[in-house]
Amino acid sequence: MKRYSRDQMAQHVARDIPEGAYVNLGIGMPTLVANHIPQDREIVLQSENGLLGMGPAPEPGAEDYDLINAGKQPVTLMPGASFFHHADSFAMMRGGHLDLCVLGAFQVAVNGDLANWHTGQSEAIPAVGGAMDLASGAKQVFVMMELLTKNGESKLVERCTYPLTGLRCVSRVYTDLATIYISPDGLMVADLIEGLSLEDLIGLSGVPMQALDPRRNAH
Amino acid sequence: MINKILASAQEALSDVHDGATILIGGFGSAGLPTQLTDALIAKGARELTVVNNNAGNGEKGLAALMKAGCVRKLICSFPRQVDSWVFDDLWRAGKIELELVPQGNLAERIRAAGAGIGAFYTATGFGTDLAKGKETRQIKGRDYVLEYPIHADFALVAAETGDRWGNLTYRKTARNFGPIMCMAAKTAIAQVHRIVDLGAIDPEHVITPGIFVKRIVQVERLSYDPTPAKRGEQNR
Repeated sequence: MKRYSRDQMAQHVARDIPEGAYVNLGIGMPTLVANHIPQDREIVLQSENGLLGMGPAPEPGAEDYDLINAGKQPVTLMPGASFFHHADSFAMMRGGHLDLCVLGAFQVAVNGDLANWHTGQSEAIPAVGGAMDLASGAKQVFVMMELLTKNGESKLVERCTYPLTGLRCVSRVYTDLATIYISPDGLMVADLIEGLSLEDLIGLSGVPMQALDPRRNAH
Repeated sequence: MINKILASAQEALSDVHDGATILIGGFGSAGLPTQLTDALIAKGARELTVVNNNAGNGEKGLAALMKAGCVRKLICSFPRQVDSWVFDDLWRAGKIELELVPQGNLAERIRAAGAGIGAFYTATGFGTDLAKGKETRQIKGRDYVLEYPIHADFALVAAETGDRWGNLTYRKTARNFGPIMCMAAKTAIAQVHRIVDLGAIDPEHVITPGIFVKRIVQVERLSYDPTPAKRGEQNR
C-alpha cells in the first residue's frame, strides 16, 4: 500500500482547478500545487499580501524582498500581474471574487467545518493570519492534509475538537490515502490509493463515507 | 506653501506621546518602516498600542520596541514566527496584551477608520473563538460579526517615492498596509526612498493621495538579510 506523496496530492488538486480560476494557495503543503498546474491552463494565483499573477520562486541571486508571498518567500510576477493594498486583497476574498483557496488543516469535520489555526493549548502562541478570511470568503475551500496524525488519529472527524477557522466551508479534502468530497449527502470518496478498500478507509478515519462512483472504487 | 518634508525621522516623531496608538506598516520583509521604528524606540514613548500584521522579528524594529518595554498592547493577525521570541516571552509572562484579529478584519477595520465607517458586519470569523462576545446579525440568511474600526494617533509607513504634498507610490508587495494605515491615523508619517518635485509622480500613478499623509522623511534603502535571526545573536 503506497500513500500518495505530497506532490501527488498537489497534482490531484491542480488537476481539479478549472481554466481561468483565481486561486489562493495557503502556506505549507498547498504551495506545492503551483508546481503542478498544467501548462495549457491559465490560472491566476493570488497572494494575500497584495499580488495577483504570482509566478514561481526566482533564480538564486534574483530575489527581491519587496516581492514576496504570504509565506514571506521571494516570488516572481507573471505577465499581467498587479499589486494592491491589504484591504483590496481581502475584499477579493470577502467579496466572493476568489474562486478557490487551498489550505492545510488540523481537522476537517464531516459537515465541512475547518480547524487549522490553533491547537488551543494555553502555551501556544495563537496566530490566525488570513485563514478565517479565506475560509469564509473564497467560493470554494479545498484542504490538503495527511489523513492521519503521527499518532494515527484521523484528522477527518465527526466534530472538530480544535478551535474552528470556518463553519461548513470545506468542499474537498485531498489526503495521502484518498480524495474526499464533502456533499449534503455526506462524504464521497473520489479516489483511493491502491490496496486500500473503502471499508479500510472508513475504519481508519472512523467517519462514514461512500464511494462517489461505486464501480471505480470497487477494488 | 505646503511642505510635509521633514529632515529626520526623529523630527517626524517628536510629538509621539505615552499611550498613543500607532499603526506600523509592513508584511514580512516588504514595507517595514525601519528607520521610523528606530526613531520611535529612541523617542521612548511608553504604554503604546501597536498595530502590525506580525509581532516583530529577531531583536530589531518592532521586536526591539517591545523589548524596550514601550508596548502595552499589540493588535495583530499573525504573531507566531520562528524568530518572534521577544513577543513570545512577553506574552507568556503576561507583560503584553494581544488582540488577535483575522488579517482581513484587521485590514478592513483600519480602512473603516480612515473611511469614517462606524462599524461593519463581516462573515469572517463567525462562529469562531475570535468572534466570541461580539454582536452578530443574520443578513439575507448569512451570519455576520460586527467589527469596529481601528483609529490611530500615528501611522508609520514605508513608501517608495513621495513629494512635498505627501503623495506616495509604493514598491511591489511593500504596498501592503501602507495606503490604509495612512488613511486611518491622525498623523501619518511616511518614510520614502526618493523625494521628487511636485508633478513628477504621474497623477495616474499616485497610490496614496497627499491628503492622507502629514509628514515625509527620506531614508536610505537598507539591504535585507533573509536568514531568520537566532536568539542570542545581536544586531539582527
